[in-house]
Amino acid sequence: MRIGFIPAAAPISRLIEELGKLPGIGPKSAARLAYYLLRTPEAEAKALAEAIIAVKDKTVLCSSCQNVTDSDPCAICSSEERYHGIICVVKEPLDILALERTGRYTGVYHVLHGVLSPMDGIGPEDLKIKELLARIETGSVEEVILATNPNLEGEATAMYIQKLLSPLGLRITRLARGLPVGSDLEYADEVTLTHALEGRQAF
Amino acid sequence: MYKTEAIVLKRINLGEADNIITLYTPNFGKIRAVAKGVRRPKSKLGGHLDLLTQSALLLAQGQNLDIITQAQSIESFLTLKSDIKRISCAFYIAELVDQFTAEHVENYPIYRLLHENLLWLCEARSCELVLRHFELQLLSHLGYQPELHQCLSCKSQLAPERNLFSASSGGVLCSACAGNEPTARSISVDALKVMRFLLSNDPTSANRLQMSRELSQEVEQLIREYVRYLLEREVKSLEFMNHLR
Repeated sequence: MRIGFIPAAAPISRLIEELGKLPGIGPKSAARLAYYLLRTPEAEAKALAEAIIAVKDKTVLCSSCQNVTDSDPCAICSSEERYHGIICVVKEPLDILALERTGRYTGVYHVLHGVLSPMDGIGPEDLKIKELLARIETGSVEEVILATNPNLEGEATAMYIQKLLSPLGLRITRLARGLPVGSDLEYADEVTLTHALEGRQAF
Repeated sequence: MYKTEAIVLKRINLGEADNIITLYTPNFGKIRAVAKGVRRPKSKLGGHLDLLTQSALLLAQGQNLDIITQAQSIESFLTLKSDIKRISCAFYIAELVDQFTAEHVENYPIYRLLHENLLWLCEARSCELVLRHFELQLLSHLGYQPELHQCLSCKSQLAPERNLFSASSGGVLCSACAGNEPTARSISVDALKVMRFLLSNDPTSANRLQMSRELSQEVEQLIREYVRYLLEREVKSLEFMNHLR
């Protein structure tokens, strides 16, 4: 006869269950993390818990660029050093971090919080497109850079926004598509190579 | 390890930089496979596995899902992808295939149909025509071809007059038998002819068909209702497609 299965103590089981909801964390990793947290000094564990609470309590979406921020308007939108005539449209807040790491972009951003994905039922009204239009109508914007991902859904989103904005008579640009640094030409697909050829520059 | 051609129907993010990719293949039907690292800019697979791209693939058997180890695009349907309206139609086509098929059920005619209609969509005069042809042909290859020649109830040849189309019975009823089917809706002689024509012709011949706006809408409504009845839900991509009209 098999004897009854005794699970981990209730608070640990609860932590394992909660951690298991995180993306990329399976039940085994969740259990390992839970027991790791159990062994860490109390101050460290509390710091993590507080950080999680703060991220929900103390952040809002910037009323201008829709980025996640702790002060509205966000640090970029309220910066004097930033040029407000250029808006770079991105899919998600993480893309801003990537662009900021270049240190070369001096304009401001607009976060769509997603891309068009008709097969998942995500249409234009689920993205922050209305907010972008409102921003352009009220401000003096000269250029909009469409920096959605170079895949079909990103392209479709860029095309859709381009169509909406084209009557407004401002400059609409798209991030260049071509070969990534350090890659190998032979592995490049035709679409990328075509764009790279079309976008070639004087050397 | 095995090789196959495939058309990419769907991509879902997995972990840090991977994707689970839904593919439609000639010999294995619909399969799902993991593509590792495709979201990184330097991925050698990424560009060959974008949505609605036809690629030659090399896959390795995995524990659960197979893993794509090499990919070389064959046809990227580029002309289609530079027009948002055509993209929205292509999304609809991909969703229909994904919704109507089960994994690992081989159906070569559907693969060929998908390929032919995506090529046709690149240059078709009317996207509507491509969609109607695709819907009817897909249903036919799945075993849901509507009966359009004789009355479903009394089996008599349909007279050239207004008859009734019943989504729940999968075909047409003559006016005398319509009493038993309260949900059946009227179908004109022309709509019936269009549907028969699309079912028996390939894209090259079907491309010649000209329809008035009213006729096109009638056929669209009839097929849409039938598709909704079979799937028991709305096709999600429809909303975006209608939004762009």
